[in-house]
Amino acid sequence: MTETRLLELSGITKRFPGVLANDDVDLDVRVGEVHALLGENGAGKSTLMKILFGLYEPDSGQVLIEGRPSGISSPADAIRAGVAMIHQHFMLVPTLTVAENVVLGLAESGWRLDTGSVAERVRDLSARYGLEVDPSALVWQLSVGERQRVEIIKALYRDCRLLILDEPTAVLTPPEVEDLFVTLRQMADDGRGLIFISHKLDEVMSLADRITVLRDGRVSGETTPGETSKEELARMMVGRPVQLVPDKPPLEIGGVRMAVEDLRVVGDRGTEAVAGLSLEIRSGEILGIAGVSGNGQRELAEAIAGLRAPAAGRVLVDGRDVTGAHPSEVRSAGLAYVPEERMRDGVVGEFTVAENVMLVDHDRAPYCRRGMLRFGTIGERARDLVARFAVKTPSLETPTRNLSGGNIQKLILARELSGSPAVLIAAQPTRGVDIGAAEYIHRRLVEEQGRGTAILVISEDLDEVMALSDRIAVIFEGRLMGIIDRSEVDVAQLGLMMAGSSNAA
Amino acid sequence: MVPLAAVLASFVIGAVILLMLGADPIEGYRALVDGAFGSPKALSHTAMKAMPLLLVGVGICIAFRASVINIGGEGQMIAGAIVSTVVVLNVGDLPPLVLVPLVFCAGALGGAIWGAIPGVLKAYSGVNEILSTIMLNIVAVQFMNFLLRDPIMDPAQKTSGRIPQTERLSANADLPILPGASRLHIGVLVALAVAVFVYVLLWRTALGYRLRAVGHSAAAARYAGMPVKRTIVAALTLSGAMCGIAGAVLVFGSESHRFVTDGSSVGFTQSAGFNGIVTALFGALHPLWTIPSSFLFGGLLVGAETMQRAVQVPKALMVGLNGLVVVFVVSSERLRRVLRERADRETNRRADHSVDDPATGAGRSTDSSVSGPLGTATP
Ligand SMILES: Nc1ncnc2c1ncn2[C@@H]1O[C@H](COP(=O)(O)OP(=O)(O)OP(=O)(O)O)[C@@H](O)[C@H]1O
Ligand SMILES: [Mg+2]
Repeated sequence: MTETRLLELSGITKRFPGVLANDDVDLDVRVGEVHALLGENGAGKSTLMKILFGLYEPDSGQVLIEGRPSGISSPADAIRAGVAMIHQHFMLVPTLTVAENVVLGLAESGWRLDTGSVAERVRDLSARYGLEVDPSALVWQLSVGERQRVEIIKALYRDCRLLILDEPTAVLTPPEVEDLFVTLRQMADDGRGLIFISHKLDEVMSLADRITVLRDGRVSGETTPGETSKEELARMMVGRPVQLVPDKPPLEIGGVRMAVEDLRVVGDRGTEAVAGLSLEIRSGEILGIAGVSGNGQRELAEAIAGLRAPAAGRVLVDGRDVTGAHPSEVRSAGLAYVPEERMRDGVVGEFTVAENVMLVDHDRAPYCRRGMLRFGTIGERARDLVARFAVKTPSLETPTRNLSGGNIQKLILARELSGSPAVLIAAQPTRGVDIGAAEYIHRRLVEEQGRGTAILVISEDLDEVMALSDRIAVIFEGRLMGIIDRSEVDVAQLGLMMAGSSNAA
Repeated sequence: MVPLAAVLASFVIGAVILLMLGADPIEGYRALVDGAFGSPKALSHTAMKAMPLLLVGVGICIAFRASVINIGGEGQMIAGAIVSTVVVLNVGDLPPLVLVPLVFCAGALGGAIWGAIPGVLKAYSGVNEILSTIMLNIVAVQFMNFLLRDPIMDPAQKTSGRIPQTERLSANADLPILPGASRLHIGVLVALAVAVFVYVLLWRTALGYRLRAVGHSAAAARYAGMPVKRTIVAALTLSGAMCGIAGAVLVFGSESHRFVTDGSSVGFTQSAGFNGIVTALFGALHPLWTIPSSFLFGGLLVGAETMQRAVQVPKALMVGLNGLVVVFVVSSERLRRVLRERADRETNRRADHSVDDPATGAGRSTDSSVSGPLGTATP
């Protein structure tokens, strides 16, 4: 039997200074197949895909498309060869319309854009693949999920044979993920090949036809969902068994350490994003926020952290009223904050790993004395945190933007927990993080709880919220729908509340 | 490497122009190098020219590293000159040991005030600093002209020639000449010390760390609890202070020991406020690399005059060539990035991504905004 090989990568090796990102990797994709690529943070998944897309050139190895050398050495070549890629970070021009973005860079578009016919074809494609989006909308007005659909339409418009999706679900809400999967399945059934990267094993098990696992740049196994299980996949990725749900020690709950009272916050769109919310978190407790993203979670966190001035209400951190205070004041009251937008807020990409370790307390002992930075101490602390949190980096002097996404998250968490905070806000703490690291982060959060920290976990991943939280607060349109105790969680009821029906129970 | 290539490229173009003008390029360039670096006297001239370029240049490093574009070097120099002059007119009797340091401090203060104004406007009202610093240049010139035509005018001039200048300022404020030199004064040592100081400030202090953090990512700086607005004000204030010192040096290190105006800012600053931007960019926005850069540009300015005498071409040609160097450097800044990305793609074995390396760490953050100042960089 000869099955058509759409793509064949053989013996791909790629070295970065101090890192062997890909080591003799073989991978093939058949026609009509969804091939999932799994692996820890920094395993080399994105690197391999960037090689395939012509962004990096491999040190050695071969790329064959339909049996012939691909000759891809730039993204333009890749698109011509029928390869398209949806990056971890989108690459659209925000000030242009959807239709303009779709044809951007196409040779035949010529001088004048025939927007009418483009829009029509965009509409055809969206109808056929269930990709709902208005061709005349400006990209900056779109939600993350919509932008992703534009990227996919862009690929379809170019009639790609092979579509690479690098962690497409990390930024989507659960219903958006379902829609995306319908689209992707349809594309595969049309005879295209798809490479799908995700850290979520459930997604991989439900979507993939075949799975390749990378570890430390090498292929550590190839399998299919039929012959494997989540536990086994986790073991292939991490090299040891992984405990997906942390053990929670018996609760030792103390007094109230963080409270918001009747908080009202105006969001970016000028409407009230948080509409009179009251919450209390006690010492040694994890409160999880469940809710569809965009219902005020981000504004709530930013208002507590001092990054957004509340319109009304009060914020108390460890007994101190920090309503509308400067972020540094809130921090000195005992708040630590793992932000959702980690690349934008959590680190300075151009700074080295060591420089980012001291980002939030660079002007305090032990990092600084009389205004002068103390590099000896900084280096020691950075080395210690990097080792303890297993942040994978070639050196402490590496610019942070060169780290993989999950490792940046670990770096931020290491820094935020190192100050023994009274209150911790963790927004999407394991987004984009591999399961080994997610296990570790969960364990650290539970440990932190054991120390008496009051923790607010905001996550789109309902499993994560349920695994970690002692109480779950459901919010909808900036309002509290109800608070459910860990022992009384009922997923169906949770879903109803997230959709806006108040807690009748 | 790339900056040197830029210099070479513009010299090649300069040679072509010299040929077209009927001059011998080899002879011209020999005269240029000779006039700039060929003798102790030439070196002393070059050092005198380099001094204000270096001071302004390191000031520019501070601002640009914080992603603040300071085009106000000219005005800040004038402000530094005014404040230091007024101080000396009032307390000129103090002994040199007190008065000379006071002159530098007063210059720094004047420049700091003139830098703080656009800083506050930008941080608290969102006024574009490129516009406000340019406007403040014009205000400073007019203020200087007004002061030198009446309030601080030489009393002797008021009755006779009416040249807009001060009296011969107190000799106690004369910048001491270096031992063994005829004109070169301690300003050059001060400028070198200031460059080292700015290096330490940017890379060894908490304030410098904040300046760079704000420059790279205001969002992350805010998240980290840094006072972003105050840091922006600090960037322009410090930047202005360095330019202000340059202004004081020009007055108290001059041969006439007077503050004189010809009505324009160029007449007083010789465009050091703009050329300092070029100097800093050429030094990859690194204070220590700005030192050789300032000597190179100082040398070109001095050498241009010898070249003019040797092969009878207008020295304006050199000014043009300086402009070309800038164009090459800035476009090569882009070229360098493209090359780096290419290197990333091909083989990364030799690539070095250290942030502290001035050659790769610099310019990136300001690259997009650099085109602004350069339009006015070499008038
Ligand atoms: N441009 C670069 N320069 C230097 N090192 C790099 C560069 N890009 C990636 N690396 C390194 O190569 C390794 C593989 O990175 P890659 O981004 O491929 O990981 P990944 O599997 O996609 O991880 P994640 O799941 O976190 O996205 C990492 O150790 C990373 O630090
Ligand atoms: Mg990746």
